[in-house]
Amino acid sequence: MTASPALSGTAGVRSVSLRSGVYADSVRLMQVSRTVSALPGVTGVIVAMATPLNLELAGNMGLAPEEVPSPEQLLIAVRAEDDAALTAAVAAVDAALAERERSAGTADAVRHRTIGAGLDELPPDASALAIVSVPGQYAVAEAADAIAAGRSVLIFSDGVPVEHEVALKRAARDAGVLVMGPDCGTAIVSGVALGFANVVRPGPVGLVAASGTGAQQVSCLLDMAGVGVSHVLGVGGRDLSEAVGGLATLDALAALDADPATERVLLVSKPPAPSVEESVSAAAAELSVPVRSAVLSPETPDLTAAVEALLTDMGMDVPTWPSRPGPVESSVPGATLKGLYSGGTLADEAMLIAAPALGDIRSNTPLRPELDLGTDLSASGHVVIDFGDDALTVGRAHPMIDPTLRLEAIAALAASDEPAVLLLDVVLGYGADPDPAGALVPALHAARARKQLPVVVALVGTEADPQGWSRQADALAAAGAVVFASNAAATRHALRLLGVAP
Amino acid sequence: MSLGGLLSSPPAIVSAGVDVFSDALRAQGAEVHDVDWRPPGFGDPADLSAIALDPRRAAANRTAVERLLAAGSELVDVRPARDVIGLADRTLLHSGPPLSWEMASGPMRGALIGACLFEGWASTVEEAEAILAAGEVALDPCHHHRTVGPMAGVTSPSMWLWCLSDPVNGGQAFCNLNEGLGKVLRMGAFNQEVQTRLRWMRDVLGPVLADAVRSRSDDPIDVKSILAQMLQMGDEGHNRNRAGSLMALRELSPAVVAVDAPSSDIAAVLKFIGGNEHFFLNLGMPTAKLALDAARNIPGSTMLTVMSRNGTEFGIQTAGTGDRWFTGPAQTPVGLFLGNFGPDDANPDIGDSAIMETYGVGGFSMAAAPAIVRFVGGSVPDALATTERMHQLTLTENPAMAIPIMGFRGAPTGIDVLKVARTGWLPQINTGMAGRVAGTGQVGAGLVQPPQECFEKALQALAEESRTA
Repeated sequence: MTASPALSGTAGVRSVSLRSGVYADSVRLMQVSRTVSALPGVTGVIVAMATPLNLELAGNMGLAPEEVPSPEQLLIAVRAEDDAALTAAVAAVDAALAERERSAGTADAVRHRTIGAGLDELPPDASALAIVSVPGQYAVAEAADAIAAGRSVLIFSDGVPVEHEVALKRAARDAGVLVMGPDCGTAIVSGVALGFANVVRPGPVGLVAASGTGAQQVSCLLDMAGVGVSHVLGVGGRDLSEAVGGLATLDALAALDADPATERVLLVSKPPAPSVEESVSAAAAELSVPVRSAVLSPETPDLTAAVEALLTDMGMDVPTWPSRPGPVESSVPGATLKGLYSGGTLADEAMLIAAPALGDIRSNTPLRPELDLGTDLSASGHVVIDFGDDALTVGRAHPMIDPTLRLEAIAALAASDEPAVLLLDVVLGYGADPDPAGALVPALHAARARKQLPVVVALVGTEADPQGWSRQADALAAAGAVVFASNAAATRHALRLLGVAP
Repeated sequence: MSLGGLLSSPPAIVSAGVDVFSDALRAQGAEVHDVDWRPPGFGDPADLSAIALDPRRAAANRTAVERLLAAGSELVDVRPARDVIGLADRTLLHSGPPLSWEMASGPMRGALIGACLFEGWASTVEEAEAILAAGEVALDPCHHHRTVGPMAGVTSPSMWLWCLSDPVNGGQAFCNLNEGLGKVLRMGAFNQEVQTRLRWMRDVLGPVLADAVRSRSDDPIDVKSILAQMLQMGDEGHNRNRAGSLMALRELSPAVVAVDAPSSDIAAVLKFIGGNEHFFLNLGMPTAKLALDAARNIPGSTMLTVMSRNGTEFGIQTAGTGDRWFTGPAQTPVGLFLGNFGPDDANPDIGDSAIMETYGVGGFSMAAAPAIVRFVGGSVPDALATTERMHQLTLTENPAMAIPIMGFRGAPTGIDVLKVARTGWLPQINTGMAGRVAGTGQVGAGLVQPPQECFEKALQALAEESRTA
C-alpha cells in the first residue's frame, strides 16, 4: 500500500491515498463514493481506479495524488470540513469497500397485471378459462386477451357497450372459443362453478342461459329431481337481442352438441328478438342433441313448468318440490304484493305469474315501461323490485352478497300502514352470502312484530350448497316464512295469501 | 366447436377482478390464478377498447414480431456519412426526435458546436454557435436516415459510419464510430482533445476499419451473433458492452493487422478499440435498428419501432403509425456519478441508444447483467424482476437473445403500447448521463424511463387510426 496523506487547511482537510492490488469495478466504486459523500462534513470524494480520466476528475476536485500512479492502483481521495469528519470518511470508505452484497438469487415474484400475462404462464395444452370482473369500461381489453390466447372467457362485468360485446363474440367465434357475458354471473364448466352457481350433481343436461338466476333455479330443481347438469354456459342477458344476434348462444349450443357428456340441452332466457329466435331455433333443429327452451314470457311464465316438461321428456317423474309450510296464516284480502328480489329473472318470473291475477305491478325492471318505479322503492300498490339491477348495484356489492338495501326495504315496509304480503327470493350457492337467513331472520321477526305481514320465500339452492337448502329453509320457516324451492310455487302461494286465485 | 377442451376437463382459471369468485373457486379445489389487475396507467378506456378490438391487431403484431425476430445483421462496410447516406455539407444528424438549436440542451449544443469545428464550418466556438443559431446548418434526426447515434448522436459528413445489412429483410442501417469515454463529442464535449480524436478517427481509424471490414466481404462479421453471445457473458448491450467489445476486437483484429498501413497506426487502432468498453455499442445499435426498421409500416400494429431522446424530448414511433413521432419531455436519469458530479449536473435523457431496449436488450435484459442494476442501488433480484416486468410489456421473447439466469428464456421483445398502458409500467432504459453544460462530457450512468406522455399520444393516435381503418 502506497499512501501519501496530505492535510491542508485551505479548504478543509483532505486525504489522498493510492492502494495497489485492490480492484473493484467502476459501478461498485461509484456506489462507495456516493455512500461516503453523503456523510456529514464530507465535501468531496473520489474512490476510483487511477485511470487518466479519473485522475483528471480528481485534479478538478483538487484531490490529485502527488505521485504519478499506475492505472491498476485504487485512488481514495476525500475532502472534509474537519479532521474528525475526514477520519470517519476514510474509515467509511474501507467499510464500504469491505461490504459484501447480501442479496442474490431469484426475483421477487412479479405478479401478472393482465389476463394475457396470466394465461401466458399456463401450459398451452391445458384447459383454461378466463374470468373478467373488472369495471366494465376496462373489461374489453382483458377479454380480448383471452380470445387472442385461444381461451374462452366469462365476463362478469356489466357496462360493456353492446358493439364491443358483438366484436368480442365475433372474434371469439373466429378463434373457436366462447364469450360468456358480459354481465354473466353464473356458469358451471366441467364441474367448476363460476360466479353465482350452485353445487349440483353432474349429469346429462346442458344449460345455455341468458339469465343467471334463471339458470340457478333450473339447475337446482333438476338436482332436486335427481337429474344432473353437464355444463351451464352463460351467454349474457343481451345475447339474444337483435344487436348481438345470439352469437354466444349459437356457439354454446354447438359446443354442447359436440360434448359427449351432454344428452339434452335446455335454453333458459327471456323472449329473444324474433329474428334471433328464428336463427336459434333453426340452429337447434340441426343439432343431434335435443334442445328445449325455457323462455320466460307471458305465455310461458314458469321456469318450474319448463323443468317439469324436460323431466317428462326424459321419462322421469316430476317430484313434489321441497317446501316448508310455515305458520298457518289467513289470506289478507286487499293487501298488496311486495316482491323484494335479488335475482332479476326470478323477479321477472314473479311478475309474469302475478300480473294476470293482480293487474299492473310496478317495478324498477317493469314488464311495461309505463310501470317503471323510478327511484321510489317504497311506492304503494303492487311492487316487485330487483335489487340486483345495475342501477341499484352501483358502488355496492350484489344483493346476494350484501343484503343492506333489501333489509332497509323490509324495515320500511314494516313501518308503513299498507297491508302487504312480502315475497322474497333467497339464492344460495357459491358466491352468495354464506348465511343469508342469518341476516333475514331478525329482520323478518322485527317486521312481523310490528304488523301482520305474511312472508313467502323462494329459496333457490341445493342441499350440497355451502349454505345447505334445508338449514336455510328451516331457519326462515322458524322466522315465520313459508318457503318454496320453486319461485313459481312461491309466487302462487303469495297470490293465494292476497286472496286472488292464481 | 370444442372450445379448446374446455368441456372435457376442469379448466384452470385466470381471474382479473373481484376476489370473491376466486375464493369460491379455491373452495371447490379449482386451480385459480389471480391477476394483480389494476386500472390502466393511462389512456381513455374507449381508446383502449378500440385498440383491443381492432381486428387487424393480432395479425399485424404477429407480422411485426416475425420481421423483427427474423432480421439479421452483418457488418458489410465502413464509409463516410457523406458518401453512404448522402449527408450534405452543412447538415448534421442528431439523436432523438426533430430538434432546433433553440430547444437543444447543453450537451446537444456542445456536440453540434464540436461537429461544426470538426468539419471546418467554423473556426471558433462563437462562430459555430452563430451559424447554428442562424440556422445555417441543417439539423435532422439520425432516425430519418436509417441511422442511429448514441448520446447526442451528432453525425457529420466526414464521419465514418458502420454499414450494416440485414440479409433477411434486405435493410441497411448506419452508426458512427464510438469515441470512448470521458470528454467525447457524443457527451457534449468539443475541446481540443475531442477534435484531435475525431480527426484521428477520420484519418486513421475509419480508413483502417474500412479496409479491414471490406477484406471480409465474403465472410462478413455476424453482429447479431455477437449481441446474442454477450448477453451470456454479463453484458446487456446498452450500458455494459465489455464482452461484446472484446468479441468485436477478436473478430476485427486479424483483418486490421492485414491492412496496408503503418504499423504504428495498426497498433493505435487496436489499442483504441481494446481500450473502449463501449466500442461494440455502435454496432449493437444499428443491429437493433435493422430489426425494428423491418417492422415499420404495418397498419394495426401497436409495437414500438423507435424509442429515442434528443436531450430535450423523448420520442417514440410505432409500427402502426409510420414515421410519426410521439414526444414528451425527456426525464433525467437516476444513477451513479463520476467524481464530484451530482444529479444537478446531469442533462435530461439523450441518445438513440434506447433502440437497444426497443429491441429487447439493454434495460429489458437487465437480468443478463446484474452489475448494471447497482447503478440505482438495486440488487440482483431487482434485475431479475425488471426483466420479468418487461415481459409483460412485450409481444414476444427473442429466442436468439437468451438470458441464462432466466432459464435461457428469450429477451422480452417488441414493446406493445397497449400493454404499457394497461400495466402502467413504463419501459426500463439503461443509459449514460451527459453533463448539463455544453462541453462537460460524461457525468455518470444510470436508469431512466420514457415520459408517459409519448405513450399517451401514441395510444390516442393508434386508437384514431383503428377507428378510421
